[in-house]
Amino acid sequence: MSAETSFFNTPSPARYKGLGAWLLTTDHKRIGLMYLVVILFWFAIGVTAGLFMRTQLMSPGSTLMEAQTYNAFFTVHGVIMIFLFIIPGIPAIFGNFLLPIQIGAEDVFFPRLNLLSWYLYVAGGIIAIISLFVSGAPDTGWTFYVPFSITTKTGVSITVFAVFVLGMSSMLTGINFITTVHRLRHRDMGWMQIPLFTWSVYGTAWVQLLATPVIAVTLLVVIFERLFGVGLFDPAKGGDPILFQHLFWMYSHPAVYIMILPGMGIISEVFPVFSRKSVFGYKSIVAATMAIAVVGSFVWAHHMFVSGMSDTAVLVFSFLTFAVAVPSAVKVFNWVSTMYRGSIHVGPPFLFAMVFIFLFTVGGLTGLVQGAAGPNVHIHDTHWVVGHFHFVMFGGTGFAFFAGLHFWWPKFFGRMYNFRRAYAGAVLMAAGFIMHYLPMFILGLKGMPRRYYTYLPEFGPLNFIAGIGAYIMVAGIVLTFVNLLLSFRKAEPAGPDPWGGTTLEWTVPSPPPVQNFAVEPVVLPFPYDFTAKEKMKPGSGT
Amino acid sequence: MSVHTDHKGVQFGMWLFLYTEIMLFGGLFVIYATYYYQYTNDFIAAGKELELVMGTVNTAVLLTSSLTAAIAIEAMRKDARKLVIGLLGVTILLALTFLCIKYVEWGHKFAHEIFPGSEKLASGPHGVTMFYGLYFTMTGLHALHVIIGILVLGVCLAFTARGKIHGGRMDILENSGLYWHLVDIIWIFLFPLFYLIL
Repeated sequence: MSAETSFFNTPSPARYKGLGAWLLTTDHKRIGLMYLVVILFWFAIGVTAGLFMRTQLMSPGSTLMEAQTYNAFFTVHGVIMIFLFIIPGIPAIFGNFLLPIQIGAEDVFFPRLNLLSWYLYVAGGIIAIISLFVSGAPDTGWTFYVPFSITTKTGVSITVFAVFVLGMSSMLTGINFITTVHRLRHRDMGWMQIPLFTWSVYGTAWVQLLATPVIAVTLLVVIFERLFGVGLFDPAKGGDPILFQHLFWMYSHPAVYIMILPGMGIISEVFPVFSRKSVFGYKSIVAATMAIAVVGSFVWAHHMFVSGMSDTAVLVFSFLTFAVAVPSAVKVFNWVSTMYRGSIHVGPPFLFAMVFIFLFTVGGLTGLVQGAAGPNVHIHDTHWVVGHFHFVMFGGTGFAFFAGLHFWWPKFFGRMYNFRRAYAGAVLMAAGFIMHYLPMFILGLKGMPRRYYTYLPEFGPLNFIAGIGAYIMVAGIVLTFVNLLLSFRKAEPAGPDPWGGTTLEWTVPSPPPVQNFAVEPVVLPFPYDFTAKEKMKPGSGT
Repeated sequence: MSVHTDHKGVQFGMWLFLYTEIMLFGGLFVIYATYYYQYTNDFIAAGKELELVMGTVNTAVLLTSSLTAAIAIEAMRKDARKLVIGLLGVTILLALTFLCIKYVEWGHKFAHEIFPGSEKLASGPHGVTMFYGLYFTMTGLHALHVIIGILVLGVCLAFTARGKIHGGRMDILENSGLYWHLVDIIWIFLFPLFYLIL
């Protein structure tokens, strides 16, 4: 087989065939695609659970499910979407596939550890399913707040253990990526020549590494509490439930940046390519990425303004929360400035990225309202909060995920999808999204609490509209995936560089060969130098 | 697939992993600090009940095992495989001794109705409950790490015997040694917190 044969046709390890060659592979590209399959499976389940909840909420009273079932649904929806979709999604799929290629490496530094991470991820998912059936579906919400989580009779211990295993997987992936960037970077590539997506995954990996152990131990203590009644978080025995909240958010707030940073990385790749122009302020984007990673670790207690803290603590955490908005805003301005005087070619990834900018900005600005201690008291635990974090997580990370999926799909599979269906999917998704989550801000301001399966009749109309929006959004999601899957039926070859990108992954064939580079990669002095690329390969970029 | 010979990178990855282990215990140290601040007198009273002699002996045992592990790695550099096998064997034996002493210590406490969730602790002062809750959680989690360390060192021993680890390829052994030193270091923090400073 020639060195150009794609990694689909070159089994790795070579002695296995068929499914075995996938399940025992240490090839980062195959592992990335294995993540893609499993993560999309969980995404589908999470979306379905969300749709059931929204259908229940379309009218007051118990129309579809009882209170306990609803509790189980929002817990399952939260656990799946947070721990099985958003946190691993972009780093595990796109990071695995692209990070080594973008830095000119053959594979990640610890290929076998990479496979182990995938198995831990799958194991965590299976344990999460088991927890639904052992002693009743968990009903605590994804935050597992004590003392309820240590007293409820449902299968919380197993769910918590599942999250522990998933945390392990995420941490090992983080270690792998950091080591890869440090040790396997192409010898011609300095730190300021690394593509921004790799930078963002690298920053994320640090947050994964720094924060995850804290939630790991917190969850272990919750398990010990449930099994042995230790009492460390149990107020009846002298423990402090607030301490749990501190430890929980010490991980889980930085985890928000684990979710959004890789998404920002994708957007930072899409804008320069579709504007045919060097990214505006490369260094400031890098600096903002690292600043978000650092400052984002100091803001956890803004989740606890109403839990009982000193006024000084509230003031400090409120200030730090405002501070973290600065680097995020820097990035938004950078992306917008990248388009200025660019030669914009609209494509599906670009459309998704535009929607990202709008939704993420709304999500970020509404976040400031929550970060300010005064309004926080008013909107705490209302639907405002639900609206805000869906705007950031789905409108931000989710749309970045779709942008990345459309951007690199030709690279993954060597096939191009239908543009018109992709646009229609994006528009449906965005319109449904706004119709779904915008009413939540109003509902929240009016005082509709979150986590309740029913509500007062006056909240009816807005909830009904939100429900319709949910259906439109899901239709958009379904259309998007159908479109991507249809690309397998009609083989339309994409070519190595369908968008005219400049980073290293566009210099190799699509799909890439098993060793990534058949010839020694040439590292550009600056990763987004479109003029240098034009000079090197005349006629490209069409 | 090419075999990595980048020792620096392998150790770099291991140090990152060790950091996560320290943070894992770090969470428990934070809990300890909080409750020590809240229930200082109860902690001091409860801490005096622990068996200082056993704790001290265990510290000596674990420190010695760390020494034998370190010598084993140095011996491997000189490719003295028989010596390595002997030293790793001693390390594992010392680790098992540590667990046995811990077992006896826990057994004594259990005999006095002191264990997580017991009637006696639930009805006693809150600070004592917290102290023993932390004692069992932290030493228990540490014991779990000792067991993992025994398994890891056992694998190293078997690999050395079969020639898979040798002087030219000893990343696994070196990393296992680092892990074992971490287990030792965590105990060096646990010991004073529970036995000495109170």
